[in-house]
Amino acid sequence: MPFDIPTPAPGDPTWPYELYKLLKDAGVTQFSYVPDAGHRVLIDLSLADPDVHSIPLTSEEEGVAMAAGAHLGGQKHVLLMQSSGAGNCINMLSLPRLGKFPFLTILSMRGDFGEGNPWQMPMGKWVQPVLESCDVMCLRVERPDEVIPTVEAALTMAFQSQESVAVLLSQKLLGAKKFA
Amino acid sequence: MSDFVLDRGEVFPKLIENPQDYLIITGLAGASRDVAGICGADGVNYYAMAGAMGGAVAMGLGLALAQPDKKVLCVTGDGELLMNIGSLATVAVMNPSNFGIICVDNGHYGETGNQVSHTGHSTDLAVMASGAGIKQVRTVAQEGDIADAAAVVKGGNATFFVHLKVNDNPPPRIKRSLDANYTKTEFRKALLGEA
Repeated sequence: MPFDIPTPAPGDPTWPYELYKLLKDAGVTQFSYVPDAGHRVLIDLSLADPDVHSIPLTSEEEGVAMAAGAHLGGQKHVLLMQSSGAGNCINMLSLPRLGKFPFLTILSMRGDFGEGNPWQMPMGKWVQPVLESCDVMCLRVERPDEVIPTVEAALTMAFQSQESVAVLLSQKLLGAKKFA
Repeated sequence: MSDFVLDRGEVFPKLIENPQDYLIITGLAGASRDVAGICGADGVNYYAMAGAMGGAVAMGLGLALAQPDKKVLCVTGDGELLMNIGSLATVAVMNPSNFGIICVDNGHYGETGNQVSHTGHSTDLAVMASGAGIKQVRTVAQEGDIADAAAVVKGGNATFFVHLKVNDNPPPRIKRSLDANYTKTEFRKALLGEA
């Protein structure tokens, strides 16, 4: 029996559920992540879904290498991480770049719009220039209605054009975490 | 360093009875040449890295999950494994029955001037693999350990970790392609029939 994606609770944003459906419909079967609150719904759905692999990582760079292994075996992989994880990936990004492996990651941003924890600010500001200098195309999303078309475009560029693509979900979309 | 006595060129081939039965991901440097030695420089059932240090185990895991009906091996060295030792914990959580890791541990960074590595001092990778939660762990430090470990490699009903301790004799000298895209394409053509 195919996995039924649950209906969001009243008042909850619907885009995370639509995003999960989009990724599954595009053939993604491996979801890896270092947990982040911004990816809570996607992670929970992948854990509940018997038709996909839901893979907790110890460090984000494992997901970069796993994605290449998945492609060797004919599956599609997406890496979910917080912006701070981008820094852990740099050397491993040479693998998809050099081997022309498809690579798609979705980052939930910290250290941008409205951040109250100063420790998040450095990577928050560095993530896009650092990824772009590694030839990873960055697509930033700030509004709920941009999520699906942006990830659709990212899926096409990653899996048809063998590019490395990062979708950055900004704190304008996710809301900044509140600190007392 | 007293139990790093086996010669990798002699012992490693004895662990894998039929290399063609496996899809193999190798870490950089010595491990890639150990595998090229048994699969041939032009073999298409293995993907060998020459960089991306620390990625071999995770890449093997991604392949194993994608190809549950094939036996998948990761062959890597002690330095490569230590760079992302957390990958062992990730593997243990997923525990694919078609996946195993062989770590060829010579206690040295062989490519960079043969500096003594952590395992040459005090680190025991088999204990770390057990601690990560991998259930089938074997150490091969003398001739008498080989048969049992080879049976684990061949049997494969749960994720395994074989810790092969060797001296610092060099791996086989084999020239292979360093074109990461070409070797990817050849691997996928052989496995999937598509580029």
